[in-house]
Amino acid sequence: MKMIQAEELVYEYEKRDDEGNVIGMNRAIDEVNIDVQQGQFVAILGHNGSGKSTLAKHINAILIPTGGTMWVNGRDTKDPNELMNVRQSAGMVFQNPDNQIIGTVVEEDVGFGPENLGVPTEEIWTRVEESLKAVGMLEYRTNSPNKLSGGQKQRVAIAGVIAMTPQCIVLDEPTAMLDPNGRKEVLQTVQELRRQKKVTVILITHYMEEVIDADHVYVMDSGHVVMQGTPREIFSQVDELKKYHLDVPQVTMLAEELRKRGLELPKGILRREELVRYITELWRMQNVNRT
Amino acid sequence: MIRDITIGQYYPANSLIHRLDPRVKIVCTLLFLISLFVQNSFLGYGIATIFLVAVVKISRVPFKFIVKGLKAIIILLMFTVVMNLFLTKGGEEVIHVGFIHIYEKGLRTCVFMAIRLIYLIIGSSLMTLTTTPNALTDGIEKLLHPLNKIHVPVHEVAMMMSIALRFIPILLEETDKIMKAQIARGADLESGNLIQKTKAMVPILVPLFVSAFRRANDLAMAMEARCYHGGEGRTKMKPLIYKKQDYVAYAVMIFYMAAVILIGRFVTFKLWIF
Repeated sequence: MKMIQAEELVYEYEKRDDEGNVIGMNRAIDEVNIDVQQGQFVAILGHNGSGKSTLAKHINAILIPTGGTMWVNGRDTKDPNELMNVRQSAGMVFQNPDNQIIGTVVEEDVGFGPENLGVPTEEIWTRVEESLKAVGMLEYRTNSPNKLSGGQKQRVAIAGVIAMTPQCIVLDEPTAMLDPNGRKEVLQTVQELRRQKKVTVILITHYMEEVIDADHVYVMDSGHVVMQGTPREIFSQVDELKKYHLDVPQVTMLAEELRKRGLELPKGILRREELVRYITELWRMQNVNRT
Repeated sequence: MIRDITIGQYYPANSLIHRLDPRVKIVCTLLFLISLFVQNSFLGYGIATIFLVAVVKISRVPFKFIVKGLKAIIILLMFTVVMNLFLTKGGEEVIHVGFIHIYEKGLRTCVFMAIRLIYLIIGSSLMTLTTTPNALTDGIEKLLHPLNKIHVPVHEVAMMMSIALRFIPILLEETDKIMKAQIARGADLESGNLIQKTKAMVPILVPLFVSAFRRANDLAMAMEARCYHGGEGRTKMKPLIYKKQDYVAYAVMIFYMAAVILIGRFVTFKLWIF
């Protein structure tokens, strides 16, 4: 089943000068087509200003396309009657952990979404408890969010989205403001949720290491989708990625350099274990040839 | 200085007063404040004292903690007392030294004013000490709910209050960061007279405001993304429901008010009205 589908999506906004006069139109997204199936883990890559965050905001109907259509769970985001349904089925986690927590107590923040949906009080409590348990933050339920670390705050934000029982979660650079530990924490939480609740995950990022587990990767540049495919397909094209100011994961980079210097390695190696396996294989082969 | 003010702070404890419905606490605090101003006899203030001491005892908030809150108003208190003492005329002259005249009425007024102010601060800080800011805003929202009929955006105002409370520590931290950044770039915030010091605040306030607006924008988006669409059709995670203890508290309060008013009526040495 199709969870999210963008058809020829266009988003334009007016460019203004300092006095507020319109001096032209700016296309943040230009005829983008995207397909995400139920339960998939899809990553959208791109450097700053490539339009990836703008695209993400369309999935949650925060932005309405100026051209084309965005379908979320079979609903058109342009339809104002479907607004709440769209936002309920596609939850969104933003970049800055401080600016998306509304409650002064962790559990109240997680309850904010269900409150807005008009869920009965008792069910809110069970949902809050379940969501906090799912992200491993249950013991902090009565804490103030101000006392949590960045990674913990993002996990609370994710719990707040889960409590609305969405079919799909959009994470808009959730780790950009976190330290390495926080990043790991958040990504593990997302993986765990995917396993437990079978939710569709759309991860928007510019960290290459975060997308190697994705089912499908889109690469965006100046409003266009310029590459798409499995992580292996994408990362085997190191030179093309460089054109879009993107790096490949370190291991892929190393493998690529070794390959260029004559080692017979396949393209698109993503994990360290993989590289080690291929190299030991090569080494053993050499030894066999020698004897 | 900011640390001294205990009004608005929450003192976590598990007492009967803490568990009361915030609406009860708000209404009773208001009634108590009114009771301070309708009476002017020593007997009446005696009852108020007993009442207040009892409530403080039940609330399990250390008395020292409450008294700390008085520090902030000590100048105001002194000023009021002195002004009342010297400027109120009436009754017999008690002391006459040089140009200073102190009358019996002035003496009474200043004592009563001091008691009133002190009890007023203790009473209202007791409310905030025993109620979490969130419960307080919930209480205010529910109490003012009837105003919705005349198109006062009660829910929105309450939401704004609770968000403001959530962002106070964040903005404080931010202010600290900006100050350090400006000091690192050679800004002089300490020296100079008052005007120079005020001027030195500008490079702190401007970035602070810019960042506050940016945060507000982000937060509004995050709230919308989580289906926030105003108070309509919204349920509550922690709805306010009156329990038995709340009715008892109301009853006690009514009893106290009745006692105060009755004493005000029948005690004959009521001489003047503030």
